[in-house]
Amino acid sequence: MDIAAETIAWTAPSRTPTALARLFNNKAFLVTICLFPAMGLLLVFLTYPLGLGIWLSFTDTKLGQRGVWVGLENFEYLLGDRVFLNAVWNTIFYTAAATILKFALGLWLALLLNQNVPFKSLLRAILLLPWITPTVLSAIAFWWIYDPQFSIVSYVFKDVLHVVDTNFDFLGTPLHARWSLIVANVWRGIPFVAISLLAGLQTISPSLYEAAMLDGASSWQRFRRVTVPLLMPILAVVLTFSVLFTFADFQLVYAITRGGPINSTHLMATLAFQRAIPGAALGEGAAIAVSMIPFLILATLFSYFAIGQRKWQQGGDND
Amino acid sequence: MTKIALKPTQDDLVEVEGELMAWDSQARRILTVYLPLACFLFVLLFPFYWMGITAFKPDTELLDYHNNNPFWIHSPTLQNIRDLLFTTEYPRWLLITMGVSVGATIISLFASVLAAYAIQRLRFRGSQWVGLGIYLAYLVPPTILFIPLAQVVYNFGLFDSPLALILTYPTFLVPFCTWLLIGYFKSIPYELEECALIDGASRLQILRRITLPLAVPGLISAGIFAFTLSWNEFIYALAFISSSENKTVPVAILTELVQGDSYHWGALMAGALMGSLPVAIFYSFFVDYYVSSMTGAVKE
Repeated sequence: MDIAAETIAWTAPSRTPTALARLFNNKAFLVTICLFPAMGLLLVFLTYPLGLGIWLSFTDTKLGQRGVWVGLENFEYLLGDRVFLNAVWNTIFYTAAATILKFALGLWLALLLNQNVPFKSLLRAILLLPWITPTVLSAIAFWWIYDPQFSIVSYVFKDVLHVVDTNFDFLGTPLHARWSLIVANVWRGIPFVAISLLAGLQTISPSLYEAAMLDGASSWQRFRRVTVPLLMPILAVVLTFSVLFTFADFQLVYAITRGGPINSTHLMATLAFQRAIPGAALGEGAAIAVSMIPFLILATLFSYFAIGQRKWQQGGDND
Repeated sequence: MTKIALKPTQDDLVEVEGELMAWDSQARRILTVYLPLACFLFVLLFPFYWMGITAFKPDTELLDYHNNNPFWIHSPTLQNIRDLLFTTEYPRWLLITMGVSVGATIISLFASVLAAYAIQRLRFRGSQWVGLGIYLAYLVPPTILFIPLAQVVYNFGLFDSPLALILTYPTFLVPFCTWLLIGYFKSIPYELEECALIDGASRLQILRRITLPLAVPGLISAGIFAFTLSWNEFIYALAFISSSENKTVPVAILTELVQGDSYHWGALMAGALMGSLPVAIFYSFFVDYYVSSMTGAVKE
C-alpha cells in the first residue's frame, strides 16, 4: 500500500503530465487566467463606469430614477451656469498656482537634501509624513489652523509679533479661501515632489559636475546646464501626475470649505459631487465630471510626449 | 523658533574666531542649507504638532490663548480620546477602515501579481498594449468615476456596504501595483526562469517558487502603497456609504464629528491623530520600501 502510493507519486509528475498540468502549461490559457482578475476588476469597475458616466452626462438621470436622453442639454445648461464656470476657472487657477509652488519649493527641498546633510534617510522619512497621512485628516488640522477666531497663525502675528491688528480671515472671503486651499495643497504635495526629484538628482553622476567645474561653470550654470536637463525626464513624469491629481482634487476642498463661501471655492470635482449626490442630479453631476476629461487627456498627452522625449535625451532612438 | 534665532549669532562668533576661509564656508552652508531645511521641516511638521497638542488639551486651555501659552499644554488630558472611544463609534470606524484596506490590498495584490507576471514574463502578442491600458487606467482619477460607480454599486445591491469599497478600491490600486510589479519583475534575470523551465518546472511553479520569492520587496512595496492608499481614500467612501456604522475613519470624522457650528476641536484632532497613526506606524516600519516604490514607480 505504502509502496504503491510512493511509486504513483514518483511516476506521476514528470512522465505523463495530467490534463490539468498541460492546460497550465498552455500559454494562451495561462495568459488568460493571469489577466482575468485584473482585467475583470478594471472592466467592471473602471471601463464600464467610465462609459456609463459619459452616457449619464447626456441624460437627466436623478438618484434612484431612470433618466431619458436629453442630448447636450446638461452641457448647455452648465455653460450658462455662473457657479460651474467659476468652478472651471477655480480648478485651472488652483492647479496652476499649486503646481508652480509645489515644484519650486519641492525642487528647492530636493536640492537641499542632496547636499550630504546628516541623517538624510531619517529626514527623508520624516518629511514624507504630510504625504502619507490621510488628506482629509490633515485637511481638518488645516481647518483648525485657519479658524477665524482661534487660528494659531493669527495669534502669532497679532499677539506675539504685533504685525497685524485683527485676526486673519483665512476662509471668509473668496480670495483668501482660494489661497488658503492652495497653501494646504502645496503643503501636502511638497514631500512627494521633493522625494521623487531627489531620486532623480541622485542618479546624476558627480563627475558631470566636476567636469563642468573644471570648465569654469558657475553654480547657476551647473544647475541650469547639468541638473535641469538631466532632471527633465523625471520632472515631466512627476509634473504630469501632480497636475492630474491636483486637477481632480476633491478631498481638501470638501474638507476645508465645502465649496464655500457662497460657492466661490468649488472645484469641478466638488461641484460634481454636490450636484450629483446630495443634489441627486446624477446626470448633471456626470456632465461636470465629464467636462474634466478633455483637460485630463491634455495632461496625459503631455506625459506621453515627455516620456518620449526622455529616450531622445538619453541618447536613444528618437521614436 | 529658537533654532532659527540661534544660528546667526553662532555665525558671528565664528567670524570672531578667525580661520575665516574654512569657517566662512561653514557659515555659508548653515545659511544656504541648514536654515532653509529647518524652515521646511518646521512648516511641514507644524500641523502635526498642532494636531497632537490640540488632542491632549482640556477645553478651557484650548480656546483661551491669553492666560495660557497656546504652544504648550499645562494640564494634559485624555478626555478627548476617552470621549472619542466611548461616546462615538470611533473603534468601529477604525475596524471598518482596517477591514476595507486589508481586503482591498489583498485583492489588488493578487490581481496585480498575476497581471504583471503575464505582461512582463509571458510576453504574449499585445502584452505591450495591455500594459499601456493599465497605465492609462491609473490616470483615470476617482473623481470622474464616482458618479457612475455609485449607480453600478447600487445595481449590484452593494450600496452602503463595506464590500462596495473593497471591490471599487482596486480600480486605482490594481493599475498602480501592476505597474510597480512589472518594474520589479523586469529586474529579475530571465535566465533563472529558463533554468527552471529546462528542469521541467511548470509556469505556475516558476511563478510560485522562483519569481515571487525574488519579488518579495516589490510585493511589500506594493502592499504598503495599496494599504495606505485605501486607508486614505475618501470620495468613494463618502459617496457609497450612508449609514453611520459603516463609515470609514476619514469620512466619519468629517461627517459624524462635525455637527452644527461649534466644533469640538479637541475631539476632532484626537480623531485625526488616531486615524493617521495606523498608517504612520505601518509606514515607519517600511519607510525604505515606501520611498523606493514611490521613486521607482516614477522612474519606470
